[in-house]
Amino acid sequence: MSDAALAHEAHEEHPTSTGLNHRKILMWAFLGSECIFFGSLITTYLVYRGKSVVGPYPGEILNIPLTSVSTFVLLMSSLAMVLSLAGFERAAGAGTDEERRRSELKKGRFWLLMTAVLGTGFLGFQVYEFYEFVHHGLGLTTNLFGTTFYVLTGFHGTHVGVGVVWLVSLLVLSYFGKVKPLDVELGGLYWHFVDIVWIIIFTLIYLIPS
Amino acid sequence: MSTEAAHTDEAHATTGHYVRIAIILTILTILEVATYYVDIPFALLIPLLLVLAGMKFALVVAYYMHLRYDSKLFSGFFFFGLTIEILLLIALMVLFGIRSG
Repeated sequence: MSDAALAHEAHEEHPTSTGLNHRKILMWAFLGSECIFFGSLITTYLVYRGKSVVGPYPGEILNIPLTSVSTFVLLMSSLAMVLSLAGFERAAGAGTDEERRRSELKKGRFWLLMTAVLGTGFLGFQVYEFYEFVHHGLGLTTNLFGTTFYVLTGFHGTHVGVGVVWLVSLLVLSYFGKVKPLDVELGGLYWHFVDIVWIIIFTLIYLIPS
Repeated sequence: MSTEAAHTDEAHATTGHYVRIAIILTILTILEVATYYVDIPFALLIPLLLVLAGMKFALVVAYYMHLRYDSKLFSGFFFFGLTIEILLLIALMVLFGIRSG
């Protein structure tokens, strides 16, 4: 199937009883369940906050400047993601204007790549942070802070990793003409969700003192 | 015009808008980090940080995730999960607070 045919198909959805795309409904239902998943981990961190009987304690090892930079990197990845979606949508809406379609598709792919790069950068910061914490004697079973911190931020990092794989897959498939704007939008919803979870984690773990 | 089509048109018109949202998010993050270095009373610090985080959360959900323009059903799914979680958090915090005396 040609790129032009795929672009045309992007605007044709199967009729549903709600008038909404089923895949998008499924994604939002999934994100609703993810709220409960991450919320449970955040709650566990909060109820055990300040209850560690041995160190190292959060105030001794949390690196606020480093995490501020990684937070900014993740925020900018959300901007790149939304610009990528805009590019793919414009490409699909270009109709018979082949030059404009190619130009917008190129922009969409560029911002998709930037999102994946920034996401990988965030993971790099997290790996470095974990390495430093272990170096300072904080393991998974050292104290309640270590257990709740590593489980919460580890699951978040895993979600970021899955998101990066998802984005790279979209990027590769787009060169074979197999990516519709809806596919990018669903990946984007997941990516933005990972970002908002970090917004909460950054405030509750890093900025609010124990 | 369907909701999907309205959403697409909105997205086409707002690339500059997305950049402005990113600038606001950056400013809010700078303010958050600044609270770490400025001596603010604890009673004021917690609400301030929660408000700043809430604003960032709302901006991303409303504009980057397009909930402001999309079907209310999507908002329903998302905020149902979020509400359950907030209630769970409050219940457990109270429960553990009572246990700790």
